[in-house]
Amino acid sequence: MIDFDRVTVTYDGAPAPALTDVTLHVPEGELCLVIGRTGSGKSTLLGAVNGLVPHFTGGRLAGRVTVAGRDTRDHPPRELADVVGFVGQDPAAGFVTDVVTDELAYTMESIGLPPDVMRRRIEDTLDLLGLADLRDRPLATLSGGQQQRVAIGSVLTAHPRVLVLDEPTSALDPPAAEEVLAALQRLVHDLGLTVLLAEHRLERVVQYADRIVHVPGAGRPVEVDSPARVMATAPIAPPVVELGRLAGWDPVPLSIRDARRLAGPLRAQLGGAVPARRGRPPGAGVAEVRGLVAGYGSTVALRGIDLVLRRREVVALMGRNGAGKSTLLGSLVGLLRPRAGTVTVDGLAPYRQPPREVVRRIGLVPQDPTDLLYAETVAAECAQADADAAEPGRTGGRGSAAEPGRTRDLLDRLAPGIDGRAHPRDLSEGQRLALALAIVLASTPPILLLDEPTRGLDYGAKARLAAVLADLADRGHAVLLATHDVELAADVADRTIVLADGEIVADGPTRDVVTQSPSFAPQVAKILAPDPWLTVTDVRSALNRG
Amino acid sequence: MRPPASFVVPRGLHPGAWWLWALGLATAASRTRNPVLLLLIAAVAGCVVAARRTEAPWAKAYATFLKLGLVVIAIRVVLQSLFGLPLPGHVLLTLPAVDLPSWAAGVRIGGPVTREEIAAAAYDGLRLATLLCCLGAANALANPFRLLRCLPGALYEAGVAVVVAMSFAPQAVTAVGRVRAARRLRGRPDRGIRALRGLAMPVLEGALERSVALAASMDSRGYGRSAGLPARTRRLTAGLVLAGLLGVCAGTYGLLDSSASGALGLPLLGAGAAFAVAGLTLGGRRVSRTRYRPDPWTGPEWLTVASGLIAAGAFVITGARSPAALAPSVAPLVVPPLPALAAVGALLAVLPAWLTPRPAPGHGTVHSGQPAAREPV
Repeated sequence: MIDFDRVTVTYDGAPAPALTDVTLHVPEGELCLVIGRTGSGKSTLLGAVNGLVPHFTGGRLAGRVTVAGRDTRDHPPRELADVVGFVGQDPAAGFVTDVVTDELAYTMESIGLPPDVMRRRIEDTLDLLGLADLRDRPLATLSGGQQQRVAIGSVLTAHPRVLVLDEPTSALDPPAAEEVLAALQRLVHDLGLTVLLAEHRLERVVQYADRIVHVPGAGRPVEVDSPARVMATAPIAPPVVELGRLAGWDPVPLSIRDARRLAGPLRAQLGGAVPARRGRPPGAGVAEVRGLVAGYGSTVALRGIDLVLRRREVVALMGRNGAGKSTLLGSLVGLLRPRAGTVTVDGLAPYRQPPREVVRRIGLVPQDPTDLLYAETVAAECAQADADAAEPGRTGGRGSAAEPGRTRDLLDRLAPGIDGRAHPRDLSEGQRLALALAIVLASTPPILLLDEPTRGLDYGAKARLAAVLADLADRGHAVLLATHDVELAADVADRTIVLADGEIVADGPTRDVVTQSPSFAPQVAKILAPDPWLTVTDVRSALNRG
Repeated sequence: MRPPASFVVPRGLHPGAWWLWALGLATAASRTRNPVLLLLIAAVAGCVVAARRTEAPWAKAYATFLKLGLVVIAIRVVLQSLFGLPLPGHVLLTLPAVDLPSWAAGVRIGGPVTREEIAAAAYDGLRLATLLCCLGAANALANPFRLLRCLPGALYEAGVAVVVAMSFAPQAVTAVGRVRAARRLRGRPDRGIRALRGLAMPVLEGALERSVALAASMDSRGYGRSAGLPARTRRLTAGLVLAGLLGVCAGTYGLLDSSASGALGLPLLGAGAAFAVAGLTLGGRRVSRTRYRPDPWTGPEWLTVASGLIAAGAFVITGARSPAALAPSVAPLVVPPLPALAAVGALLAVLPAWLTPRPAPGHGTVHSGQPAAREPV
């Protein structure tokens, strides 16, 4: 169905090809997963399938790509619209109309299908993707999972034979991701669609894949094989695979179910051992929230929150989209005025303080770190952050006055080797997050908040982030991160708070909170339940000890 | 006898019908300075909006335009009493006058204010306000997105560009909110001139990134497919449309300008329109795209347009027969008359409030269930 024949892609002005000598054959009806580190060329590979690379992006494509017998050399993306459905990273950015049914009709209108066919296909697609209740809703009012399903539906109505998806679940909370993946499963099984899918969150998708294309990047050859084979050696792997490798299971399990069936001996081997107590004894409280009610517009997002953040403690804030996580973070840094209750950060109410005073006490890295960046180069951004931090007129006299180069040093510690002349928007997701983090840390706030920091990060970047956060807590910072990523929370958080509908429904040590609830349990906990293991690292150190 | 389905099934009326109806009312309003008739027209428009508007964001346009109209009346009255040429009559109050040098003769500041000149200014302001109300009603009732979908095929590309631009505005508002919050997070002031540059760059860069993503999405979804057509046809189309539009402009000018010969205006207008239609048809033929559920034009649409045109006609006829009834005298100030024909015409325009199908629930209505998951940073 999809054939790559010795394909090499070089973008204009790039020193090295983005994709080197790829030969690949994806047969009809297969769900093929593309994995690789950030910046390894996954998106280039996907874009080449429907001709966006190079027709739209520019650059030079050597070799030949054919889809359903059509050569992308002679067929620009618009001429392939009836064969390849392409859904980009941000579904909302690709919407052309404003209402669900109109969006579903758009591709068919472009292709020129007769009206009665359109009516029928739209009804089919609404049912297929579970969108029937949303048919007349404006697109802007949909949740992330709904938007993603509409985006998939809007290309499906053209009855393509290939569906290409770039990170369809990265931005979604676990239930929304389930929605989308269930819909994809149905498409593959019922319609025999060929699906090519790139995803960082392997733990969500790897068990559905028929085949994995591993793009290692840096000019090394692409590896194409069955999931179990690729996963046995790939440098990026979900916890279930890591655990399988550690225990020496062969073939490595890809799903909780497979792993659980193999896990008996390992559980016995671990015996009654308990995970090493980790973490630091928490220090003094630095932020306190009492009876907080907050919201925006007519919505009340928080209905009476009580919370204390302590030094030397990493706290994970979990809960579905719209549960009030971002509102709580916004209230803590004073972006929102409490409607009732109090927020006290380092002895002050943040919303009454000028911004400059607030950032010395509490720093927030927003969901999209790009919002924090506005200089033209990384170096300028760092200099600006130094200047901001060194501004005179500070009252607290906390920490040392920021000396030039401080932000750059922080950045080098977080993510070494970023070119100072690069434009911040050209950095990878992980590098951008590191830059935003360095800027926030330049004012040495004792409290650090992060909103969804793992969006778009690969496993390597996530592990580095976890190490950085643990290190910050060791140095006496209080860290609060709002996240959907249960694996990260299990890895780094000492304490976990679960928000639902604006109220705290659980607050306690991570080990207790996440093992009690299946939707927040990390993979290792699910495999080794009822024993309280959370991460592969826990298990590894226990095995080494024993 | 039961009414046919097109009157009963809830749906949005064709946006073009609402616009023609509103233009009919506006024509009527522009013909008169009679405050009773003007208020009647504004009330009719408001009544129809109240009965047939949706929950969509643009449905609030009537209230906005109404407020704008009140501001216009106030400004008109204030300006008249301060600077207007004095009308003789009953002096209401005397403002302190400024003595101007002789070269500024003809300009008045302050002085006596008469009841008559206030009335004249209020009538003028009211006419403008009523016109604004008619526009507001059209904006509130007609779905702008569906209106754009009615464009002829040849103008399709332009229509898409407008839709994209319209969806940009609310996104830009969200983006500005996010970036301002982010500025606070860096300890910078989020207000004032200095903040502006810091705001503009990220918002514009974000918009640019979004447009690139949108263009990629549109391209991979078949936008502009098989648009390849011979250069000769393309030039012919462009030429016809351009000539047609020029003709229409010149013809309209000829019709409206009383000093130009009317005999020239009408044929020019007709020829221009014919050229433009030919161009658009020729251009539309190459477009191989189709429409999903185009808005039908049936009984209710005809009725709505007719009621608007009848109102306009009634005012035109009244104006020809008894001009005084439409322009009541202000000096001396009299109680405005109520010409029967015009009043009935205006009242007929309220019929769409009952005779059109109810708007479909949905568009713009946020159903129960998932809230709009949009939080501030």
